[in-house]
Amino acid sequence: VIVTLLNDQRTPADFFPSRLVDEDAERHRFRVHRSAMTSPRVYAAELANVFARCWLYAGHESEIPEPGDYVRRRVGGRPIFLVRGAKSGQIRVFHNTCTHRGAVVCRKDRGNARTFQCFYHAWTFDTDGRLVGVPDRDGYGGGLDFSALGLAAPSRVENYRGFIFLCYDPGVVDLSTYLGRAKEYLDLVIDGASGSVEIVKGTNDYGMDANWKLLVENSIDGYHAVPVHITYFQYLAALGSDISGGITGSGTDLGNGHAVVEGDAPWGRPIASWEPSFGDDARQAIEQIRAGLVARHGEQRAHRMASTSRNLLIYPNLIINDIMAVTVRTFMPTAPDRTEITAWQLAPRDELPLLRQRRLDNFLTFLGPGGFATPDDLEALESCQAGFTSGGVEWNDISRGMARPPQQNDEAQMRAFWRRWNDQVEPGPAGPGVPR
Amino acid sequence: MTAPAQAAAGGPLSRDVSTVRRCDAEDLLYLEAELLDAWDLDNWLRLYTEDARYIVPTTDLPGGDPDRDLVLVDDNHMRMKSRVERLNSRTAHREYPHSSTRHLVTNVRLRAPEGDLLPVSAGFAVFRFRNGRGVYYVGRYDYRLTVSGGRLLIKSKRVELDLRELRPAYDVAIIL
Repeated sequence: VIVTLLNDQRTPADFFPSRLVDEDAERHRFRVHRSAMTSPRVYAAELANVFARCWLYAGHESEIPEPGDYVRRRVGGRPIFLVRGAKSGQIRVFHNTCTHRGAVVCRKDRGNARTFQCFYHAWTFDTDGRLVGVPDRDGYGGGLDFSALGLAAPSRVENYRGFIFLCYDPGVVDLSTYLGRAKEYLDLVIDGASGSVEIVKGTNDYGMDANWKLLVENSIDGYHAVPVHITYFQYLAALGSDISGGITGSGTDLGNGHAVVEGDAPWGRPIASWEPSFGDDARQAIEQIRAGLVARHGEQRAHRMASTSRNLLIYPNLIINDIMAVTVRTFMPTAPDRTEITAWQLAPRDELPLLRQRRLDNFLTFLGPGGFATPDDLEALESCQAGFTSGGVEWNDISRGMARPPQQNDEAQMRAFWRRWNDQVEPGPAGPGVPR
Repeated sequence: MTAPAQAAAGGPLSRDVSTVRRCDAEDLLYLEAELLDAWDLDNWLRLYTEDARYIVPTTDLPGGDPDRDLVLVDDNHMRMKSRVERLNSRTAHREYPHSSTRHLVTNVRLRAPEGDLLPVSAGFAVFRFRNGRGVYYVGRYDYRLTVSGGRLLIKSKRVELDLRELRPAYDVAIIL
């Protein structure tokens, strides 16, 4: 039963019913209450129940190839850094805070270091996190255990084929179990790139004044492509890409909140499907790559790698869009109506410069905050967020495709996300915001 | 001469890059700023050569090479034309209706000519207002100017942002 309070004096942002996700299979109706996108209490519940409990993407091992290489960033809203041990060569992830009095110890976004010295009192840590320098150590009594004052690592850190994830909850299932059926799709991307991939240098960081879950939906939404991105399809047509056949495919619930939209790719793909805009120079190279995929994986799997696209959601906030180029995108809310987004490009290591250029071209025209499509997505999501504040309409409708096998432009993949989200955030008797 | 009329004729009159004075280069850069702020993008494109390139590296890799690295914008002339068509249409949703912008260009410096190309750098600030929000972009323009058909034109424009993160500015749907 949905309880709605008449004459409620609270603002729409604070107003929510007893359920935020309302699924009615019989009526083919799936609704999400708009307070899920506007309520500060829901946001607080997400920080506690989602972002502090789930495996979160932290980075890719190719970003720190050499001993001592490090990158710092925020993961789940918290400052951390990834470093490859100068001696051990092991990848470590640390909370970016001195164990003495708290200052951040890694103060540049990337670099190479043998040690990290806190500038406040000059405590010094090596790249494996050990505390190796304390000025005027004589001031401490012999009972204090300095070996316990090394840098702190997040509760769990694991690596799936180069993708490094962390979790702030020690009780979480192991990463492989968590990823579950999503691994199959990560494997397609990695194996399609001959098993060795790297993050291309250069980061697209951007922001939007909209709830993060709208970007989850948008990233796996085939339904919006034509109305929102008509200018991009016009550009493709001007280039000579034949997309008149439309896009066919389906959405799949992969369990654990993960989901994928997979379909035929009516466009060229550097792996490994040629189209005229790639130029004749690239044709032979791409055909060779394809032949290699067939030899290693068989015709069927090679076809899937080369000639199909996929938008993969790894719950809660990692998107891997393997469309023409491959995007790795993560995002984090800083408020119910503000999201910080970071996107990288993943590519085969040692790719031919000619194909790398085609890939970069592909990525940039569609994607990124300077591309022909991403800015219009931001506009759509901010427009939704603005619409929510109008009130008058309580629910978003996510019912599309409930009465048929899920198509590429249906919303089954979004429902997969929302069901898992609801498991973690749904208001109990005390309302949302109460960690369970 | 009005800005559109001047742009329709191309850049300022010029014989070759060795005779270009700073005020000639400034005329071209100021004209470009004026056309962008007027959203007269068809005439803006006329300031560029047919083999022009317009590049905006990412905020974390200002020296980024668009042939190798991920950047924000890497347009050849064809993509510049598509960008103009897109922004002129009513379906570039992020810019319909258009932002109100002001491109400020300053600290213009001419470098030694490289063959028939004249490197010119300048500081810039672009302010963008839309939907109750104002954002700014600050950085350095690196141009390569050239003379073609007796006119000073832009062969390439590279925009290195001083912003360390793009997030506060949301996106770069406008032309910087």
